[in-house]
Amino acid sequence: MATSAAKLLPKEEFILPGTRSCAACGLMLTYRHALKALDPGKTIVAVPASCMTVLHGVYPITPVKVICINNPFGATGAAASGIAAGLKALGNDDYTVLAFAGDGGTYDIGIQALSGAFERGANFLYICYDNEGYMNTGTQRSSASPAGAITSTTPVLAKLQHKKNMIGIVEAHRIPYIATASPAFPLDLYDKVKTAKDTYGPRYMEVHAPCPPGWGFPNKDLIKMGKLAVDSGIHVLFEIKDGVFKLTSRSLSLAEKGKKKTISEYIKGQTRFKKISQDQINSLQEFVDQRWNEFLERHHRNSF
Amino acid sequence: MKNEQTKESTIRAISRPSKGEAGKTGDWRSQTPVIDQEKCSQKESCLLCWLYCPDGVISREFPLEIDLEYCKGCGICAQECPRKAIRMVDGRNPSEKNAS
Ligand SMILES: Cc1ncc(C[n+]2csc(CCOP(=O)(O)OP(=O)(O)O)c2C)c(N)n1
Ligand code: SF4
Ligand code: SF4
Ligand code: SF4
Repeated sequence: MATSAAKLLPKEEFILPGTRSCAACGLMLTYRHALKALDPGKTIVAVPASCMTVLHGVYPITPVKVICINNPFGATGAAASGIAAGLKALGNDDYTVLAFAGDGGTYDIGIQALSGAFERGANFLYICYDNEGYMNTGTQRSSASPAGAITSTTPVLAKLQHKKNMIGIVEAHRIPYIATASPAFPLDLYDKVKTAKDTYGPRYMEVHAPCPPGWGFPNKDLIKMGKLAVDSGIHVLFEIKDGVFKLTSRSLSLAEKGKKKTISEYIKGQTRFKKISQDQINSLQEFVDQRWNEFLERHHRNSF
Repeated sequence: MKNEQTKESTIRAISRPSKGEAGKTGDWRSQTPVIDQEKCSQKESCLLCWLYCPDGVISREFPLEIDLEYCKGCGICAQECPRKAIRMVDGRNPSEKNAS
């Protein structure tokens, strides 16, 4: 059953205060609740170079109470495979291996290691926190950045290409569990990480993680931005269990009743979109509507 | 024997968990959240401020307390409280006068 209130989440914090992450970091809120859903005493995290490495701190101190192994930028899938294999060889079947990487480390440089691991059926949960750019090194474009966004490598025309269909690529591996989530909907996020924890084999989650300095919005609006992304259909909340697609949480209620917000409402509060042209807005709206309709159709096909 | 040798010759860099890895991050703040305990519902059924604080520095017990040594002053708690029980006040350590 879905977790219905904040009070039902574990009290214990697994990230101690005083981290290096920016104020109002969507990645940190994601990680905070993801760790609550796991059994942190029986979890090993694999992290590539990213804002996550920064969150995990500088030797000899870490704010995180969970075992973590730092890895080269492109190696997360390979490292997690190796940890899972090692645990299996030692008979430690009760551990969860969690790979936790940014969109650059997933969509771009880490895709080979990720695909290899999923093809081999390696037993770990991969969470991609999608802050839509290479934020740790100064907001460079990734293949997850939305069209129309200014990044430090698309400063003049803003990004021309739409976001890559990473979920489609992951789905092609026919893994048992795929889900999307958002830190603006922490209870849905928590439930999905729990489900993923209890599934065997490769599992993939993608969390849309708003980033105030990279996207250009005030810190206090973190949750508002996360919700607007879902309300406008830029980010859609769903689960795919053994190939069966289901909308969840706010996206489900949007599908049942209600109306999506427009892309213009979503982008207006973010300075990264200040150079977007009307043509680009139209194209982004079309892109989002088309994806939404595809998801709606799949959802309805599976619910009868 | 072999294992012991390997152990000795392996250089390991392992960090240990502790608070304040980046120092007292409360120093980053330019605004400080102040809770009006009378406006707060004081009910476990809410706790939205606790749920949404990325840094996890709001207590779960009522009356709520914020760990100002580490609160980064992002303002999310004030923005998301449905009863407007949290206000952001200018400065790092608002005096009692400002806070009332
Ligand atoms: C092979 C390699 N190339 C470049 C870098 C520099 N680098 C470190 S973190 C990073 C960006 C990571 O972006 P992403 O994976 O999206 O995570 P985020 O920083 O957004 O959290 C880059 C380019 C590196 N560490 N290794
Ligand atoms: S740059 Fe963005 S993702 Fe990275 S720590 Fe700051 S807010 Fe978080
Ligand atoms: S969100 Fe507001 S009303 Fe709810 S517990 Fe926090 S301070 Fe009290
Ligand atoms: S201002 Fe931000 S860091 Fe401080 S208590 Fe509120 S939500 Fe947490």
